[in-house]
Amino acid sequence: MKNGFLKGVKDASPIVLGYIPIGFAFGVLAVQQGMTVLDIFIMSLFVYAGSAQFIASAMLSAGAAVSSIIMTTFLVNLRHLLMSASLAPFLKHIKTHKLALISYGITDETFAVSSTSVKQQTVSAKYFAGLHITSQGSWIVSTVLGGILGNLVPDPARWGIDFALSAMFIGLLLMQMKERKEMIVAICAATISLLMAIYTQGNWNVIIAALLAATIGVGVEQWNEKSF
Amino acid sequence: MERKVLLMILGMSIVTYIPRMFPLVILSKFNMPPLFLKWLRYIPVAVLSALLAPAILISDGSLALNLNNNALVASIPCFVIAAKTRNLFLTVVVGLISMFLLKMI
Repeated sequence: MKNGFLKGVKDASPIVLGYIPIGFAFGVLAVQQGMTVLDIFIMSLFVYAGSAQFIASAMLSAGAAVSSIIMTTFLVNLRHLLMSASLAPFLKHIKTHKLALISYGITDETFAVSSTSVKQQTVSAKYFAGLHITSQGSWIVSTVLGGILGNLVPDPARWGIDFALSAMFIGLLLMQMKERKEMIVAICAATISLLMAIYTQGNWNVIIAALLAATIGVGVEQWNEKSF
Repeated sequence: MERKVLLMILGMSIVTYIPRMFPLVILSKFNMPPLFLKWLRYIPVAVLSALLAPAILISDGSLALNLNNNALVASIPCFVIAAKTRNLFLTVVVGLISMFLLKMI
């Protein structure tokens, strides 16, 4: 039970509470941007990626080509590659077909929780089932509810609902912060991402900033070890 | 229109699933070099910082380091609560309340 399905469900509770406002905000925006409640349901079930869903819905309403929406989604979600890779060394004991299912539920939020859990103890596939099913279930329900009630909320940004995503990133980030080295990496990633977001086109800032900052982190760590 | 949306969702789901699945399924089969493992441990912090910084520091396409930037101001209590409690739910609730209050002023 210590690292089983119910532990996963329990660990999902902060994610659920975070997803409710974000999912609701997406649903509200998406119907106003022309998607149907069924579209929202299918998207939350099969794509299941908050920031990409926000972006896709906005691009769709702006008349963007399907190919460019898919390409943007790919770039925005490429960061999952890094998260998936960083979980890999901790999950060698889980069978391949289960890993293929587990990977479906990797998001910024579930990753922040699971990457902390796997460092504390050996976790089972059941733990991931509990964590991921609960998280995605709440995402689907809240986005669909947002879609249904969308017409009743005239301007969701007016109430600041969209800030839920940033507040969640802050909480997730500080859950990961333990040492000074991580602080250095965070500052580097933030600076690079910021500069790229201001001065470059496209959605490469997140992935390039993350790759460079993690490399700087390892560099600093190696240098510190050698210097005494 | 309906067909376009479905095609979009199908494409999005494929390009989202592959980067999620591939490393976990393949890399868990190998023993990775220690240096690479160290590097991977920094990835979560790096990705989250890279996502967050532009969201709270950029407004209308340019740097907004001022008190008129609601997202920046609202993130201050979030950082304080998150650092003190390490509780995701509390952080999101405090963020939403702060933002709501700022919008009301």
